[in-house]
Amino acid sequence: MSRGDAAEPAGEAFDAAEAMDAMNYKVTNNKVAKQAFLKSLPVMAGYVVLGIGFGVLMHNAGYGIVWVFAMSTLIYAGSMQYVGVGLLAGGASVITAILTTLMVNARHLFYSVSMLRLYRDAGRCRPYLIFALTDETYSLLCDGGAPEGGNDDLYRLLVSAFNHSYWVIGSVLGSLLGSVLPFPTEGIEFSMTALFLASLAEQWTAAGNRVPALTGLICTLLSLLVFGPERFLIPAMLLITLTLTLFRGRPARGNEAGI
Amino acid sequence: MSGTGHAAVLVAAMAFCTILLRFLPFLVFRKRVPPYIVYLGEVLPPAIIGMLVVYCLRNTQVLAAPFGIPELIAAAVVLGLQTWKHNSLLSILSGTAVYMLLVQAVF
Repeated sequence: MSRGDAAEPAGEAFDAAEAMDAMNYKVTNNKVAKQAFLKSLPVMAGYVVLGIGFGVLMHNAGYGIVWVFAMSTLIYAGSMQYVGVGLLAGGASVITAILTTLMVNARHLFYSVSMLRLYRDAGRCRPYLIFALTDETYSLLCDGGAPEGGNDDLYRLLVSAFNHSYWVIGSVLGSLLGSVLPFPTEGIEFSMTALFLASLAEQWTAAGNRVPALTGLICTLLSLLVFGPERFLIPAMLLITLTLTLFRGRPARGNEAGI
Repeated sequence: MSGTGHAAVLVAAMAFCTILLRFLPFLVFRKRVPPYIVYLGEVLPPAIIGMLVVYCLRNTQVLAAPFGIPELIAAAVVLGLQTWKHNSLLSILSGTAVYMLLVQAVF
């Protein structure tokens, strides 16, 4: 009896402390969620707009909301989905789809490589964190973690999930808008060209080494002239990989300066 | 346009390959990434962007009217704005708007 009495106050104190901890944790978690949301706002603007573009393109190509939702949820890679519209509309072969995806998304390999250490102990949410690692999510997560004392894994999970939801919402919105837009959408497919041109301009001004970009442009142009617009993609990818592999023997000046 | 079955296979292939690329380092390169792969990781992205620009413009009419002029003007808008302002969304929206205007109202 006396043992029970002695144990009880201690047990209460412990419970109280735990409850306080849980409360503090909850407050911190709210802070983490707020920070994750605020940080994701610029991505929201970009993903919703580009998502709408994707949805409209899919609509114009004859693929409705179910396709748009499935692609944005399961593929969740902007450039590839834009290219994917063309592959679907053109009735591309499976091998073309596979090779194109591997080339267009090759960079994701390296985002994952640089996240190896960071995501090692992320526990149950790790598979989702890896799945949802897009260009924009990667750059946000490289830019810092949760606020002081917050749960970093929760922060990364929320940033990833917010961004994913913006992309899905934007593209579904685009699919719906596609049928009711009050103005003719002819020419809206240029948004995809513009996306890649903007990327090219950005890399052109930032990169010390312009050989890779030039290799991509020239090899693809050659391949287009030789094989025609229906079947030049695979030869172009092979030619690019081959050319870049041959260039590898030479030290790239820009890269050396960077190191 | 692909039929439903083929389209589903294409979407599945794209999803699978994307997921594979994102997970591969966690499954394979736990300690060290082969130098050749590291090299490809540096040089492939800009090369593929170049490839995609050509891919997007593959059906441009160069030898007949309008001789690719709308594409040329809109591309110049995107490249110019991006170099000047470094705001991708602004460049993409402006370039697309200019292109839509050109193909719908001018050419």
